[in-house]
Amino acid sequence: MRQFMSEAEPVRGWVAPDLAAEFEGLGVYSLGVDRGSGRSPREVKGQLRELAGRFSGGQVVNMRHQAIPWAYRVFFRQIGLDPDEQRTPVEEIALRRMQDGGFKSQNLLDDALTIAIAETSVALRAFDGDRIDGDVGLRLTDVGEELEGRRGALPPGTLVIADQARPLGLLFGATAEGRGVNPKTKRMLLCAVGVKGVPDIAVEEALWLASEVIGV
Amino acid sequence: MPELLEQERPQSLATEHGEALLRNELRRQIARLEHQLSELWASAFPRRGFEWKVGAAGGPRILGAAELERVRDALVVRVREAQIELGRRADVEEANRVLVERMIADPDDYRWVRISNEDVGERECKHWHARPRWGFVGMLLGWWRVKMSSGCPLASGAPVGVPHQHLSLGEET
Repeated sequence: MRQFMSEAEPVRGWVAPDLAAEFEGLGVYSLGVDRGSGRSPREVKGQLRELAGRFSGGQVVNMRHQAIPWAYRVFFRQIGLDPDEQRTPVEEIALRRMQDGGFKSQNLLDDALTIAIAETSVALRAFDGDRIDGDVGLRLTDVGEELEGRRGALPPGTLVIADQARPLGLLFGATAEGRGVNPKTKRMLLCAVGVKGVPDIAVEEALWLASEVIGV
Repeated sequence: MPELLEQERPQSLATEHGEALLRNELRRQIARLEHQLSELWASAFPRRGFEWKVGAAGGPRILGAAELERVRDALVVRVREAQIELGRRADVEEANRVLVERMIADPDDYRWVRISNEDVGERECKHWHARPRWGFVGMLLGWWRVKMSSGCPLASGAPVGVPHQHLSLGEET
């Protein structure tokens, strides 16, 4: 098990050499948080309301012109995803804001990720910190490798976020069963995926912001 | 046999290197086209009826040169189609703007003509309507004017029973 317990600094994860050679600027950072999720306190709900007030329609229309959201759209295309079918995290949040007329509080983790993604546009996700073996990184799947909870093997060469033992989830996709955060989770691992055009400082800021909202 | 392998290696390495360069070039082209498509998307707003989806090649994975070419070509087609459609609509909208000016100048010649904001490529629900002043009396006496509507109805909240689907970022569903 990874020994992090509310790390002081985001940790840069590994990227498999074949993947790094193919995608310059691709990287993953993680930050351990020594607590689980749960209900959001009033202050976080207030932050969500305030954020929704600043997140206007005009901003959403111009989002694709901004460097970071555009960088994720480009990367999605380059890895075989259509960002108009499977939205990038920041566009997913923008769409939710427009549909719901605001940001509805879900739980502390999702609220923290929503705030951090909306503020920085960086792609974030989280895993159960007690169910991770070693450092987290990005790699391609081997022949016959599976994603827990999903029937059948993944196609070889699928991009996954993984620990030393197994894939934890598809890159920008589903999380392996039992590796995500659930109500019994005691420790969480926040992960940010950076692509070419997303500065490292923005990726680190996203992790800091999320952990600050979670309150560690 | 070892001599053969020795001879083949530089060539296959060169081919591999060439493939990698080609993939990089295609990714650069995809990035440029995505930028153009994003600009068109913003220019097209709030107009509706455009097709923006390009289709997924099936990922996430490293796409080969042929697949990247297909993504690039699909983007080229989508950008071209959007440019043509946007240009076509801009012409229609310009003609409608001229029509509104003429209606305002001479409403009697444009009886009952109604132009909405959408017809001139703008947001909200305003419309211009050539109508008779004082209803039937104005109609009999030929007193016509252009009436501008006051805008959209007030928001009444989300429709009941329409579930919003969204992705949970951290928690398992």
